[in-house]
Amino acid sequence: MGLEPDAKVEEAGGEHPPALRATPFEGGLVGALRAIPFAGGYFRIAGASERGARLFFAACASTSMLIVLLIFLFLFKEAVPFVSKPGLSDLAGTRWVPVSFQHELFGILPLVLGSLLVTLLASVLAIPFGVGAAIYIAELARPAEREFLKPCIEMLAAIPSVVLGFFGLVVLAPLVKAVFHLSTGLTALSGAILLALMAAPTIISIAEDAIRSVPRSYREASLAMGATHMQTVWKVTTPAALSGIVAAVMLGMGRVVGETMAVLMVTGNAAMMTLSPFDSVRTMTATIAAEMGEVTFGSTHYQALFWVGITLLFATFILNMVAQRVLRKYQRS
Amino acid sequence: MVTNTHADVQVSDLNFFYGAVQALHGITIDIPEKQVTALIGPSGCGKSTFLRTLNRMNDIIVGTRAEGRVLVRGANIYAPGTDVAALRRRVGMVFQKSNPFPKSIFDNVAYGPRLFGVRGRNELTEIVEKSLVRAGLWAEVKDRLPASAMALSGGQQQRLCIARALAVGPEILLMDEPASALDPRSTAHIEDLIGELRENYTIVIVTHNMQQAARVSDITAFFYEGHIIETGPTQTMFTTPTQKQTEDYITGRFG
Repeated sequence: MGLEPDAKVEEAGGEHPPALRATPFEGGLVGALRAIPFAGGYFRIAGASERGARLFFAACASTSMLIVLLIFLFLFKEAVPFVSKPGLSDLAGTRWVPVSFQHELFGILPLVLGSLLVTLLASVLAIPFGVGAAIYIAELARPAEREFLKPCIEMLAAIPSVVLGFFGLVVLAPLVKAVFHLSTGLTALSGAILLALMAAPTIISIAEDAIRSVPRSYREASLAMGATHMQTVWKVTTPAALSGIVAAVMLGMGRVVGETMAVLMVTGNAAMMTLSPFDSVRTMTATIAAEMGEVTFGSTHYQALFWVGITLLFATFILNMVAQRVLRKYQRS
Repeated sequence: MVTNTHADVQVSDLNFFYGAVQALHGITIDIPEKQVTALIGPSGCGKSTFLRTLNRMNDIIVGTRAEGRVLVRGANIYAPGTDVAALRRRVGMVFQKSNPFPKSIFDNVAYGPRLFGVRGRNELTEIVEKSLVRAGLWAEVKDRLPASAMALSGGQQQRLCIARALAVGPEILLMDEPASALDPRSTAHIEDLIGELRENYTIVIVTHNMQQAARVSDITAFFYEGHIIETGPTQTMFTTPTQKQTEDYITGRFG
């Protein structure tokens, strides 16, 4: 009913009466009062549901923030007693021996080093492999090849990491052992290869999108100058897609840093201070996953594991920040 | 204005197909050396397609096919075993929409020379300066060569693209509506530039703008539905065309 006068005015093609223009949204008692006879009620209901919807979405948005805060709080709450009892300096030790009859040691450096080594190795393997595959699919493959390759890569992404871990244990580790003549195939390298396989689908599909979205005109300009297809790919298309490729790599590695299952299964889980790809290592994630289930609630070991978690959290946090920086820098230029 | 120099490009009986659709029918035309040849005609008449057959840029479109002969300085560019990259180096191209690379001004112009093995900084600098001078852009950019090419105005970008094309030392320059996306001042700038470039280069230009064709070209070819209807000295074409269709198009009765 409230809208009827309005509709008539529209039909007549005339201007809105001044009262209609003054909706309650303009604020002020006068505006609100003037609006009532025409559309005040209607607008008020709309206003209420608008506010409700706004609140709902705001709640959704702040929930994630709240959860991050709670996680931080929880982590620190559980970890804090460690500060006074063995002392934080114990964490900087080079040996992780959490269960011992004589003297327990909670040095997380070998775990940090293990994570670092596996992640770096995985990047070294995944970046050229992933970007190369992306360039092939985006620029060189025939349409039929593309149609075949893309689902294959998506399938690789769908393999659960435990299953990939099986593959690593049964196929990859013996292979690494045989090829490099090692005493065991459960090494940092084996873990890195698995992680590279996990990061590859993300890197490939995002980098491919980035390469394909490079304007055709760049390619044409290069070809028209007498560049070959390969020169064009190498000197024009890939550099122009660089921001997207960097984003692809960062996202791919993001998936890898926090990965637990596969590395737990194939890296050998020896907490050693080493930088050799052929040694067994133990990552932070694998340590938490392996030991959390058996640790005595509230014990020093339990608190130390929380410190490992905090360290991991900060590592990913910093990695994310650096990634954002890099991305912004490339986008600007 | 028209002098009888020898033909730089001789096209005879050229047919061109996009899949099953024939876009060019029996095109035969001589393009004279160091003159400006304008290709005019309504949209979709095949003039851009024809332009792109001269440096085989249509090759990059899947499913296209050319029949007939295109001689560039006597050699058939559609002969088997033709080095297409080498051809495109000799037959440069400027596109309708300026398309500088997202690199610095210097790197844009140096792109071609670097591809062909020029490495020395001094030599590159020299080529870049010479090309920018020829494209009439040097004075405006000489103090900011390391700046991004994307920061230039549309007209400047188009002249940068011309400089980039000149940097590899082409003999022939193909221009596909090079000024259609530019404001009148930049257009005038490009037209003046074409006048200067014809001293050294054979130029083929596609244009929708009749006045532009009349102003810049020595020879005009009128395309219609994939055929060349009429070719001749620009002055004759615009004053006393022999074909009714040509006259109708030029006087604006259709198209």
